[in-house]
Amino acid sequence: MDSEEAVGTPPTTAKGPDEPVRPAVPAQPDRFTDVRNSEEFGELRRAHRSFAFPLTVAFIAWYLLYVLLSNYAGGFMDTKVAGNINIALVFGLAQFLTTFLIAWWYARHAAAKIDPKAEALKARMEAGE
Amino acid sequence: MSTSTTLLSATAHPLAAGGAGEHRTLIITLFSVFVAITLGITVWAGRQTKDATDFYAGGRSFTGFQNGLAISGDYMSAASFLGIAGAISLFGYDGFLYSIGFLVAWLVALLLVAEPLRNSGRFTMADVLAHRLRQRPVRTAAGTSTIVVSIFYLLAQMVGAGALVALLLGATGEGSRRWIIALVGLVMVLYVTIGGMKGTTWVQIVKAVLLIAGTLLITVLVLNKFHWNLSTLLGRAAEASGKGGAFLEPGLQYGKDGTSKLNFVSLGLALVLGTAGLPHILIRFYTVPTAQAARKSVNWAIGIIGAFYLMTIALGFGAAALVGPKAITASNESGNTAAPLLAQEVGGGAGSTGGAILLAVISAVAFATILAVVAGLTLASSASFAHDLWANVIRRGKTSEKEEILTAKIAAVVIGAISIALGIFAHRLNAAALVALAFAVAASANLPTILYSLFWKRFTTQGALWSIYGGLISSVTLVILSPVVSGNPKALFPGLAFDYFPLGNPGLVSIPLGFLLGWAGSLLSRPAPDQERKYAELEVRSLTGYGAH
Repeated sequence: MDSEEAVGTPPTTAKGPDEPVRPAVPAQPDRFTDVRNSEEFGELRRAHRSFAFPLTVAFIAWYLLYVLLSNYAGGFMDTKVAGNINIALVFGLAQFLTTFLIAWWYARHAAAKIDPKAEALKARMEAGE
Repeated sequence: MSTSTTLLSATAHPLAAGGAGEHRTLIITLFSVFVAITLGITVWAGRQTKDATDFYAGGRSFTGFQNGLAISGDYMSAASFLGIAGAISLFGYDGFLYSIGFLVAWLVALLLVAEPLRNSGRFTMADVLAHRLRQRPVRTAAGTSTIVVSIFYLLAQMVGAGALVALLLGATGEGSRRWIIALVGLVMVLYVTIGGMKGTTWVQIVKAVLLIAGTLLITVLVLNKFHWNLSTLLGRAAEASGKGGAFLEPGLQYGKDGTSKLNFVSLGLALVLGTAGLPHILIRFYTVPTAQAARKSVNWAIGIIGAFYLMTIALGFGAAALVGPKAITASNESGNTAAPLLAQEVGGGAGSTGGAILLAVISAVAFATILAVVAGLTLASSASFAHDLWANVIRRGKTSEKEEILTAKIAAVVIGAISIALGIFAHRLNAAALVALAFAVAASANLPTILYSLFWKRFTTQGALWSIYGGLISSVTLVILSPVVSGNPKALFPGLAFDYFPLGNPGLVSIPLGFLLGWAGSLLSRPAPDQERKYAELEVRSLTGYGAH
């Protein structure tokens, strides 16, 4: 796993500080840029971003809604649902539930849509294409 | 020893020196057993620690499940166990926000940070930044913020340790409190210097299992007392709190006025955005072989941590109902000892053998919790010092691995000494509130740079520096000027008054500022000529895992 790539530019993980990092080699077209511009990589990036970004916005919005409701909608949150259990507690528990569900959903999505693409690209790069 | 416990402790003040002090032998025995076993593991792990990858990343040999447990052990700190239970027991519903924020925050780590970090870094958070930004300045900045965040967090754990000792040895135990804090510091330094990441990880795994088992036991006993009826438990807690229905509604602690409401929002923001910027959590992702394993470990952690925080409801409201706020505040003003007191109560009450045993067990678990977390923090900060500041900035990459590891060990000793010193003199603060400050600093100084580095092509070195230093300086300054540090009897310096910033948590100001500065700093600087290529490389590596260490 530790292998430094044999082709193209020296790795930026060069042991030294930034000065010697500027490579002397890459007059040739850079392979990372090529991969990045490839259609397969575009699909991989989309598979991750189109799932993770909107979901992040959604769960943060839902969490902030909960925080703001707790703060500024006391009357509503204090409404009793059953016995001493009020809406505030139900919403709090719902945060737990949505967290578990999102985690499970993302794991499923990643295994089906992200991992195969990532592995294919990685294998191709390791084969030195 | 249990026969002699009954007489003395049946007094009105079950926590006065005499009562709890009787259980000392049992507590010390259990705690010593834990320390002995974990030190044994540490020595074993130390024998297998040969190179830097072993020392910093446990040889990247842990499975997703093991790392999930270790993450849980690293994350569920004294702040969660002692602090949240205390906050709920005193402020009811408002204390519960901590539990929710601490858990939801994991989604940021899961969706955006864990996998790309694992794919593109080696040992520290700064490794990822150094991929595309100028190494020396960004490593200096990231190393500095790593150490500051870790020390805040360490302080919280030491406060928790101090509170426990005061409970177990009585208010007169000032000398013993110092002793125990020093002992905690010493053991954590031993874990880190001898066992490295392998030893620390196993300590965290053992602790996670103990903590979950202990919490589950108390939860079952509490719920059993209320015939498994949550509503009855809540009703009794509200009654005993003396605050009635308000105890179960938001606003008791944070609803007084506009300022305290803003403080609630500030705290909420810090909690949800802090986790993915905590250095001791980030380095855990390097201990597994692949990004998939990193994802799996976060998923396990979410399950374990979520279950634990659900149980804090029973712990906190149970303590309010069964122990009562009066006894809790008499023992510790901030409620840090509510959980062990509850254990004593459900075990049969003060003076009973069952109570003594449960108090001892839960106290030993709490100590184990503290030890495992402080070891993780010490490792994260000393690793960052050695790998980022020493090896790559000061020595400009000319160190041997041996020298780097030695530096990390020396740094661990120094950081241990600092946290002992801090822990000895800060003890009036609520451990959960203190940890929330560490979260705020992490969310302001670290998270913006991590996200920008991974996902924004136009991000530059200047943007990173503005964001890290800006987030760090603003959050720490606002904490210093906050009511946490001065201006009231519960503050760190109760005699002084320079509390010009009204919020107890700086997140509401410093987190947006950190993001804003990263954005502005980038746009106001010229991108490096090879920015395009370097970002392409980071993007490809972080998404595919190509060339991952």
